[in-house]
Amino acid sequence: MKITELIKDRILYLDGGMGTLLQQQGLEPGELPERWNLTRPELVAGIHRAYSDAGCHVICTNTFGANRLKFSSDELEAVIRAAVENARRAVGRGSAGLPRWVALDVGPTGRMLCPYGDLDFEEAVAVFAETVRLGVKYGVDLIFIETMSDSYETKAALLAAKENCDLPVFVSNAYGEDGKLMTGADPAAMVAMLEGMGADAVGVNCSLGPRALAAVVEQYLACASVPVLFKPNAGLPRVENGQTVYDLAPAEFAADVAELVRRGVRMAGGCCGTTPDHLAAMVRACEGLEPVPLRPEPRTCVSSYTHAVVFGGEPVLIGERINPTGKKRFKEALRAQDMDYILKEGIAQQEKGVGLLDVNVGLPEIDETAMLRRAVCELQAVTDLPLQIDTADPAAMEAALRRYNGKAMLNSVSGKRESMEAVFPLAKKYGGVIVALTLDENGIPETAEGRLEIARRILERAASYGIGKQDLVFDPLAMAVSADSRAAVETLRAVELIRRELGCHTSLGVSNVSFGLPARDLVNSTFFAMALSRGLSAAIMNPYSDAMMQVYHAYRALAGLDASCAAYIGYAGALPAAQAAPAAPAAPAAQPPLAAPDAAKAGGVDSGTGLRRAVEKGLREQAERLTAELLRTLPPMQLIQEEIIPALDAVGEGFENKTVYLPQLLMSAEAAKAAFEVVRAHASAGREGDKAGPGRCRVILATVKGDIHDIGKNIVRLLLENYGFDVTDLGRDVAPERVTEETVRLHAPLVGLSALMTTTVPAMEETIRQLRARAPWCRIVVGGAVLTQEYADAIGADKYAKDAMETVRYAEQIDRA
Amino acid sequence: MPGAVCVRRYPAPAVNRREILRYAGVRGEAPGIEPLLDDCLREAAPLLVYRVCFREFPVTAQDGGLDLGFARTGSADLKRNLAGCPRLVLFAATVGLGPDRLVGKYSRLSPSRALLLQAVGAERIESLCDVFAQELAGEAAARGLSPRPRFSPGYGDFPLSVQREIFGALDCPRSIGVSLNESLLMTPSKSVTAVIGLAPAGQGNACPASGCGGCGRKDCSVRRET
Repeated sequence: MKITELIKDRILYLDGGMGTLLQQQGLEPGELPERWNLTRPELVAGIHRAYSDAGCHVICTNTFGANRLKFSSDELEAVIRAAVENARRAVGRGSAGLPRWVALDVGPTGRMLCPYGDLDFEEAVAVFAETVRLGVKYGVDLIFIETMSDSYETKAALLAAKENCDLPVFVSNAYGEDGKLMTGADPAAMVAMLEGMGADAVGVNCSLGPRALAAVVEQYLACASVPVLFKPNAGLPRVENGQTVYDLAPAEFAADVAELVRRGVRMAGGCCGTTPDHLAAMVRACEGLEPVPLRPEPRTCVSSYTHAVVFGGEPVLIGERINPTGKKRFKEALRAQDMDYILKEGIAQQEKGVGLLDVNVGLPEIDETAMLRRAVCELQAVTDLPLQIDTADPAAMEAALRRYNGKAMLNSVSGKRESMEAVFPLAKKYGGVIVALTLDENGIPETAEGRLEIARRILERAASYGIGKQDLVFDPLAMAVSADSRAAVETLRAVELIRRELGCHTSLGVSNVSFGLPARDLVNSTFFAMALSRGLSAAIMNPYSDAMMQVYHAYRALAGLDASCAAYIGYAGALPAAQAAPAAPAAPAAQPPLAAPDAAKAGGVDSGTGLRRAVEKGLREQAERLTAELLRTLPPMQLIQEEIIPALDAVGEGFENKTVYLPQLLMSAEAAKAAFEVVRAHASAGREGDKAGPGRCRVILATVKGDIHDIGKNIVRLLLENYGFDVTDLGRDVAPERVTEETVRLHAPLVGLSALMTTTVPAMEETIRQLRARAPWCRIVVGGAVLTQEYADAIGADKYAKDAMETVRYAEQIDRA
Repeated sequence: MPGAVCVRRYPAPAVNRREILRYAGVRGEAPGIEPLLDDCLREAAPLLVYRVCFREFPVTAQDGGLDLGFARTGSADLKRNLAGCPRLVLFAATVGLGPDRLVGKYSRLSPSRALLLQAVGAERIESLCDVFAQELAGEAAARGLSPRPRFSPGYGDFPLSVQREIFGALDCPRSIGVSLNESLLMTPSKSVTAVIGLAPAGQGNACPASGCGGCGRKDCSVRRET
């Protein structure tokens, strides 16, 4: 009998703790328990048999840490083979009543994935894949991924299972006392991602006792539309007379677990500290309980590595600004692979209050696949918002989707056959909510009914791939009302029809509606309000538009989504006085002169203009404002040479004389960088031909192989850029070969290497050796916490710089030479 | 078995702003920094967790070195620290991935913020270790034992490579969510492992000076003035 069919309307029992029982039998600290499959097979099989006799239906092999990071490939195969045999031998094909299933137990690797650790995502997938293939080879009935405390690693394991077998896969995560995974995901986020990828059951195990995990389990039951499993610890451990005891006796454990079975858990078992006695008591306590029906309607939701965003309650705002269309500076950033620019756009939109970020980095002359994958990974390191992957290239979509930590939104599919054939398999494999445009080979139907018809066909086609309607959000396409006065009306009707007839959610790219009209913001925001009142679920929009944000906040208050209008009042309170005041004065208040308050507030000697002072004091916003102001009268070069550079010099000297400290040096450098950015935007807007900044030589920077700390290197980069150097930052954990290749390719005269740990200094030495052999012209400056002059001399560097300013001074020497 | 791993969770220890600024390289008055520090503390607070796992082991002399129960070592500095201690507590502590996330977020967008957040993380983990050590001292006193200053891999000649044995003995990934990478770095980076020797109380504090006073490196940028 198929277990996936059985759990649809039955309660099943999983087994209990293995590791803690082996410890009681004398497993030494640090000894690998999986080896006991080979050395103590009878003992391991005996534990399996005891659980089976206690009434457990699913028996997990003793393979929690059986992976190639811990075992050689020969030993790994022997361990997994023995583990499966031990379990199979113990339980046979089942005794009285239901059969028994042998599950391949897959625990975490024990290593953290990039970017916080050093295990690459694909490497993690490969590690799990090998374990899964061996389990399948030796005949397990299902895959049980458990005790995962990182969402990304969980994804790697589930992907490996799905790519290497057709067996059922159950996935269980370990939550902390705060109700989140170690890396931040809450239950709703995990359920969204795992269900999206096709897990057959999801749930919770380890870390705490059943009561402490009850709230997490309740959240699973509220979100999940697949069966929920639960394997808690026997409470918490403590040491008593040199013995470890868990604080829940079998009867208490059984009662607490049975309570959650009563509320909907479909598969119950135990983890650390539980014994066959605990499980036998649990089986008895659950006897006669009726299974609670599964949630009939799956939710439409996407997730990040921390949380889920659900469609249907609050309107969902999707920030549209990460998109090069019509943005000269953005295109320039893409061509230069300037990720910081993109990351800033992401953070700024989040601060404006969007719930999702659309990510489009398509430009004909760049490698979109590589760029989109990178943008998605790097955005996920700076923002916890779910992302909408926006590309017309299926290869780029897959690359980004594979690396995405969560359940993404996909933008987009259409009613064209080719489009559906490309996008649906990706959504099925990786999970995702797909934006479906109501157009097909014949274009966009004029009427709402025509668009509804296409939506219906898309739904049918999606269903044939196993994609439910919850994973489609329809975009009935806002068209320019200037071209057709009925355009907006038909789109609004389509929003309503799709919601009513198909029960599906909708999203609109709002700003198209105002194309060709003056004062577009006014038209957009009015259209947005109209669409919301017709049931629009989401909008792809510009969060920097005050008019749009005002509609959003006012709508929430009016639609009963904002208790006591608290959020609205908070939002309105932060509006400029003229808009927030109960009765606004007819005439706008006069703006105070920009530079004046700076000087007034300073109270010290005013050196030069306000800009120079703002940079010295590290006042970033003022520096930006004043730069924009000064550019109206001063040529960029003069502004840089007479304002920004003198300020940087003054602060740099202060740092060298120990009157200015590092955080102040950095605040000032950031203010200068912001000012440079304004100058640059001014130049790329075509008002000036000048290149911003005095051009100086190229410098390559890297944190060496094995080292993932890069604050120091980033500080050096910031200062070098401000002093006009052309910096190529290779990032952290960079192999010697890569540093050498780039140095040769760019013929860079200076390379800066950073290392934090004594253990990574050998990698620095190796990098220097390779550079000397292949790029004999270049000079090498080194720095980092563990380095000293002696170390630097010993590994053959040209220069040891004790801090960032010293690196700048050295780079100036090289530039002059 | 010799006692399994225990896990404890703590509320946030009191914040020591002076220490944070010291870690950020501020050695005197630094106008303009305080508001930024306030901001950093506000942003970090909800992302911090305070977790410790620990396990007690017997200490025995062996071939001129020490058998620590989870590893053997020839470290002379640790031997001095543990002189007269029949037992030790091995622990690992972490404040979680929050500081890494924030430092990662800001290290390219605002290095000044990243620097301060990294200093906040350093102060937080040190304060957590102090809270744990203090609690342990109370518990040890009840058993007639008195703890030594904590001693971490990498101090003196106690090699960093012992991290592998420590991670085996404490099962850090599972107990508190700390993992070890190939270069022996821990993730989350604001994590500490250390041993605390337990000597019979009343023996006098036989161990050498601890903290900065006990360190040979005099030119360190974060060395305490006193």
